[in-house]
Amino acid sequence: MLGLDANDRKLFLIVAVVALLAPILLNPFPEGSELAQFNAGYPDLMQRFAIFGIFAIGFNILFGLTGYLSFGHAAFLGVGSYAGVWMLKLLSMNVVPAIIVSVVVAGLFSVVVGFISLRRSGIYFSILTLAFAQMSFALAYSVLTPITNGETGLQLALNDPRIFGDSQIDGSIPPTNFFGFEMRDGFELALGPWAFTFNVGYYLCAIILLLSFYISVRIFRSPFGMMLRAVKTNQQRLKYTGKNPKPYTLAAFVISGMYAGLAGGLMVAMDPLAGAERMQWTASGEVVLMTILGGAGTLIGPVLGAGVIKYFENIFSKINDTILHNWFSFMPDTMQDIFVFLVNPFIGKGWHLTLGIMFMLVVIFLPGGLVEGAQKLGRLFKRKRNKQADNNALDAGD
Amino acid sequence: MGILQVQGVNKNFGGLKALDDVNIDVEAETVHAIIGPNGAGKSTLLNCFIGRLEPDTGTVEFEGQSLLNREPHEINQMGVSRVFQTPEIFGDLTLLENVMIPAFAKRDGIFKINAWNSVAEEHEIKERAVQVLEDMGLVDALQDVASQLSRGDKRRLELAMCLAQEPKLLLLDEPTAGMSRSDTNNTIELMKTISKRGVTMIVIEHDMHVVFSLADRISVLHQGHVIVEDLPDKIKGNPKVQEAYLGGAHL
Repeated sequence: MLGLDANDRKLFLIVAVVALLAPILLNPFPEGSELAQFNAGYPDLMQRFAIFGIFAIGFNILFGLTGYLSFGHAAFLGVGSYAGVWMLKLLSMNVVPAIIVSVVVAGLFSVVVGFISLRRSGIYFSILTLAFAQMSFALAYSVLTPITNGETGLQLALNDPRIFGDSQIDGSIPPTNFFGFEMRDGFELALGPWAFTFNVGYYLCAIILLLSFYISVRIFRSPFGMMLRAVKTNQQRLKYTGKNPKPYTLAAFVISGMYAGLAGGLMVAMDPLAGAERMQWTASGEVVLMTILGGAGTLIGPVLGAGVIKYFENIFSKINDTILHNWFSFMPDTMQDIFVFLVNPFIGKGWHLTLGIMFMLVVIFLPGGLVEGAQKLGRLFKRKRNKQADNNALDAGD
Repeated sequence: MGILQVQGVNKNFGGLKALDDVNIDVEAETVHAIIGPNGAGKSTLLNCFIGRLEPDTGTVEFEGQSLLNREPHEINQMGVSRVFQTPEIFGDLTLLENVMIPAFAKRDGIFKINAWNSVAEEHEIKERAVQVLEDMGLVDALQDVASQLSRGDKRRLELAMCLAQEPKLLLLDEPTAGMSRSDTNNTIELMKTISKRGVTMIVIEHDMHVVFSLADRISVLHQGHVIVEDLPDKIKGNPKVQEAYLGGAHL
């Protein structure tokens, strides 16, 4: 089924179930309880999980398979975003053409950047991509203001000359939609103290995430994917084996650039706004972190990494002093103050510190990322179970 | 007329004459050895066959087509495979993958985006790879990672990778360098079997034991120049060769 082998099919089905049930799974704590602040099942954040998941899946096709580390992938995401907003401004509020054009424009841009950057490998390649991205960022800020609207960022206006559709409805900008289904629409489901939000925008993102994931699995398992891994381990040998590594790396670069464009297009489909800071090197670095944290070269790792980082950024950063005092309120006052003082640097605005420590631990102890951690746990569990089974067998033998 | 014809090849590095009017004619389906003392220009010559170096003057023709000004992958696609001094393999990949890649290269050419096929369904390629690995005695380790192999086994794997392409010409650069005596003997046996299948081979070698057990014809290179080209038996007693190797002492 689906052209996948049994293991990949299982993985894909798990991802599909998790993605489709995310509004429920990410809201495990009842509304109004102490722990409700750890709920991540609100549309805005779930959309970001899916979008950055797509971005990281694409990045992994380049970095995970060929080993070429790009520090400029945010540029493609940014270019995709601008292209998407222009489509919404000029063509229609339907997100489909916007997303398609985002992918195409980012793809064309990555052909140019890739063609030049891939003349070098290793650190020089990374620096070239970084230079391109910073150049795009600077241009978007200054010279290209007519296209990018500079510092303010490109956004919709009440007088956009939309060819298909209206410039404004009842004095406001019409919402983005998918053939009539508005992205912001959805319905709330209240089950006792629990509340779940099923949002149209999220489900569009989730379905595109699943498609992207499926395509990436097919690439990983194809002869083309095998050649990309051959590029990573021994480019020299590949040349003397009758394969030209250059078009392979360029193809991988463009595919991952298109994934980035797709992520950019989805961002503006959810929230029609594109700013230059989306292309800054920190944004490029973030996707590198996501991929390595989750496990570069693994299928599911990048999605996990994206989820963890976005969760930290949005949930961990919200915890403040008052909440901490609440947590430690069972202690005597002095103890409480000491504990709050100790934990304080790691939460709230200090979420970067926690993430940094976590990243270091993963890189040092689990070079294969969170996926390797999960595999190790799995093996440990299996061994224990086998031992148990052996013991049982022995008991039965007695 | 031979399968590989080298005519009047010169190569200078600065003031150093690395190759001096080299002429070699390799007959199809033979093993041709190139020997010579250190620095004689053997590796330089080999590099001129595979697109790594361009000679200053002269021609290198394979089956009537020039090998000059071509990329390594193009030369490989013409049917010329190469084994390196230190085995070059895909260390992170499994043995099976290592051999499937050249099989794909033979079928798909220099570049092909077949991102929608599944490797698991490429039965022909897989059977071919397993067959070659079996011939090389590596079939028990199909799913092992190649970097974990011993040096002798890496050499076998590299030979398997070349054979999976069914090359017309196989170039071997000191295939037994750094090997134990038993590994060397195994490798000689392997190369004999390969030769029997009709693969033309050019062997660069230091080890005279290897050369005399394999070669049908030998060229002796000295200071960038071919001083003798003859049958192995005649090379042994040739005074010029003795002089080149030992500075005049008798073998």
